[in-house]
Amino acid sequence: MHETDMTRALIVTLNDWWEEQPGQPQVSQVHLVVGQFTCVEPASLMFTFTHQTKGTFLEQAELVIRETPLVAFCHGCQAEYRPTIGLQYACPTCQAPMEDIRSGRELKIDHVDYADAAQDITR
Amino acid sequence: MHQTFSAALELDLLHANQAGADHNRAHFDRWGVTCFNLMSGPGAGKTALLERTLEVLTPELAIAIIEGDMTTELDADRLRHYGVPVIAINTGRACHLDAQMVAGGIHVLDEQHSPSDLDLVLVENVGNLVCPAEFEVGEHAKIALLSVTEGEDKPLKYPIMFREADCLLITKVDLAPHVDVDLSRIEANVRQINPNIDIFPVSAKTGCGLDDWLSWVKQHIQSSTRR
Repeated sequence: MHETDMTRALIVTLNDWWEEQPGQPQVSQVHLVVGQFTCVEPASLMFTFTHQTKGTFLEQAELVIRETPLVAFCHGCQAEYRPTIGLQYACPTCQAPMEDIRSGRELKIDHVDYADAAQDITR
Repeated sequence: MHQTFSAALELDLLHANQAGADHNRAHFDRWGVTCFNLMSGPGAGKTALLERTLEVLTPELAIAIIEGDMTTELDADRLRHYGVPVIAINTGRACHLDAQMVAGGIHVLDEQHSPSDLDLVLVENVGNLVCPAEFEVGEHAKIALLSVTEGEDKPLKYPIMFREADCLLITKVDLAPHVDVDLSRIEANVRQINPNIDIFPVSAKTGCGLDDWLSWVKQHIQSSTRR
């Protein structure tokens, strides 16, 4: 169940950011970008996030995941193509192997929405 | 009512793990030690490969093993017969080693052995073709193993592992004639995903192909610690 570990990694990373923020902001949404060419299944990630954040600063936070497709670039054809994960990774036109990946390897925390009581006062 | 703010983090989800891996690698570099991370599905022959590797290389190289295993020390005990430091890390329910776990192993190396006298640390990851590929531990190179009995299609089905690996060992090639497998098909499937990978068909049982693997090891020890 590697999404459990991915979620733990996510919580650790967010916690590092959160501890640096003044006023301990209340996180409402966590926006992730998850590429299709990663070992992460978004549905499992949603499930484990709900359970693993219980009793933490992220308990009230909603996880929002945007998936990105696997897009490769063939140097010979000077063109992008979409490999079929599980079946075919070489260029469909010239059969050159998948060299450059333009999208699909993302495992990124894009942004976090939060309500910050400390900043409210100053504005 | 609180106003909502948005913080653009643009952080890698594995940011914390990556930082830990970089820290581990800095330790290895300071000691002049090369580290390889061995990964495969369960039963592909990582421990058997390590046994053969230690048998041949320990006279000329100082090697230590960091052994990841979910619950037992069975593999670690096998490798202790070769008289090298073997640090066992039980991952519990986690299906891979992460940088923090390996940092624990590095700490033990530092306390109980003289790591600057070592040439090579071999990390045997937990048997799993999926998650170890995403969790760097501080290695200088990733070694994947795939046994002929697992089937030709596995690189296509578990592409991340084979994309990330620097070197692939196709293991148990002595069994190839019995399991109706085409080695060139395995290689072609892997090269679709990773054209620059080094591939060595080996058998820990017969010794076939091991010389090529051992030369690769020696060559990459030199190149990663050359400063």
